[in-house]
Amino acid sequence: MSILVIAEHDNESLKSATLNTVTAALAIGGDVSVLVAGSQCQSVAEAAAKISGVSKVLVADNAVYERQLAENMLPLIVELAAGKTHLLAPATTSGKNIMPGVAALLDVAQISEIISVESADVFERPIYAGNAIAKVQSLDAVKVLTVRTTAFDEAELTGAASIEVVASVCDAGNSRFVGEEVAVSERPELTSAKVIISGGRGMGNGENFALLEAVADKLGAAVGASRAAVDAGFVSNDMQVGQTGKIVAPDLYIAVGISGAIQHLAGMKDSKVIVAINKDEEAPIFSIADYGLVADLFEAVPELEAKL
Amino acid sequence: MKVLVTVKRVIDYNVKVRVKSDNSGVDLSNVKMAMNPFCEIAVEEAIRLKEAGIATEVVVVSLGVKACQEQLRTALALGADRAIHVETDQELESLNVAKLLAKVIEEEQPGMVILGKQAIDTDNNQTGQMLAALTGMPQGTFASKIVVDGDKALVTREVDGGLQTVELNMPIIATTDLRLNEPRYASLPNIMKAKRKPLVVKTIEELGVSIKDHTKLLSVTPPPERQGGIKVADVAELVDKLKNEAKVI
Repeated sequence: MSILVIAEHDNESLKSATLNTVTAALAIGGDVSVLVAGSQCQSVAEAAAKISGVSKVLVADNAVYERQLAENMLPLIVELAAGKTHLLAPATTSGKNIMPGVAALLDVAQISEIISVESADVFERPIYAGNAIAKVQSLDAVKVLTVRTTAFDEAELTGAASIEVVASVCDAGNSRFVGEEVAVSERPELTSAKVIISGGRGMGNGENFALLEAVADKLGAAVGASRAAVDAGFVSNDMQVGQTGKIVAPDLYIAVGISGAIQHLAGMKDSKVIVAINKDEEAPIFSIADYGLVADLFEAVPELEAKL
Repeated sequence: MKVLVTVKRVIDYNVKVRVKSDNSGVDLSNVKMAMNPFCEIAVEEAIRLKEAGIATEVVVVSLGVKACQEQLRTALALGADRAIHVETDQELESLNVAKLLAKVIEEEQPGMVILGKQAIDTDNNQTGQMLAALTGMPQGTFASKIVVDGDKALVTREVDGGLQTVELNMPIIATTDLRLNEPRYASLPNIMKAKRKPLVVKTIEELGVSIKDHTKLLSVTPPPERQGGIKVADVAELVDKLKNEAKVI
């Protein structure tokens, strides 16, 4: 088996999603290489070389890969796929953007968001918003997989892989990066936070999320929201936890004023410890919470902050 | 400009999903079916492009069993001009759907193709990207805004950590995310009118596309159930439990 993992990074630092993906690759077994495609991304390549179990880091360092536009990444990955049995990327927006096209050009399927490796060609993945788990066998010579990062631990960083330069420059010329709006936050990112506090429709409005932010600041937590809170216009969509938002699995997840719709549970039910604060004691969220507190959130949350 | 929109018939998002006892799949007998929510957003965007005078014709496509025509009629009632149904009883994998759609694109030559980013049944999130790769058209996935400017389109994309805007040469493939728009409802007169709009049925053989299975579904099982825990009396007890029992703060 010969496996290529596509690294997730921002040209400066390697994202932890790559480490989870390498763990999935090591579970398949065989030789694991990592591709770092970016611009001025040498520090990322050096970080990737430290991932335990990785034998080789391939670096394609060119301005055309700076934003990892799918149009330019596809021919590069297809070229590097020669001789590979598996191509893996984390199921982040970047991995999801790129990998299906790679699969199509190789005339193979993509198996999306795997949560377990049963063998070199059998994988499990959630379907129907996590309400069912499908066990799928690939019939293709090359397996293209995206990996749900919360289902795999991070690989360790005690390795010393070799770094090899890839000279290919692929510029499709039909797409161009214009700009980005990065959600600025002092807090950790939702997908990598150890503690998350999320608000639902029960928060009443966007201003009230300040109550959660105060608790988050004490715990070093990220702030999330249910789809109901996003749809009601309280907060922006990038805070959404759930099947149609971010899939998270922190050590501690505090759900405040969230009833527990199926699509929200699908996004957070793998958290280690779940706390629910809701005034409706019949709320479905309590059926999966380790610790439930039936209380008015506008009293309980400030009290929680004071006691931390 | 002609806009091509795809719609998928899926289980209604309000229906509780039940896994069949023989673990062969999800029980879809006597279950309410509907247009995939992300496809509704795609249809809405196409209609808005037409209302804004940018699109001249909206063609809606669906692949699957005969009953998919219900969802095509819904799209016609919402404002699409005509429909194409690729009828098959076969379960189609994403790559096969993309190959069939690529053929439809070759015949229709649209200036823009809009798809939902994913279907809520298989949750694959891949058909649009595959279609872009097969046709060589640039892709604007997970779009929260689409602006057409001459022979270019500016697509704002929802990415981890924020928004990204890309400029793409037309024709393009776009896939929809939640914030792109809020779909409208069809009015009764429009539902009646939709019955007279053209709907063409084609077969996979007529399209001349050869497809094969790339994966085999071995089993479908319910997810492991998470057990509920305890109710705490007050905030003090909650903090105590988190500190001393769960040891997470």
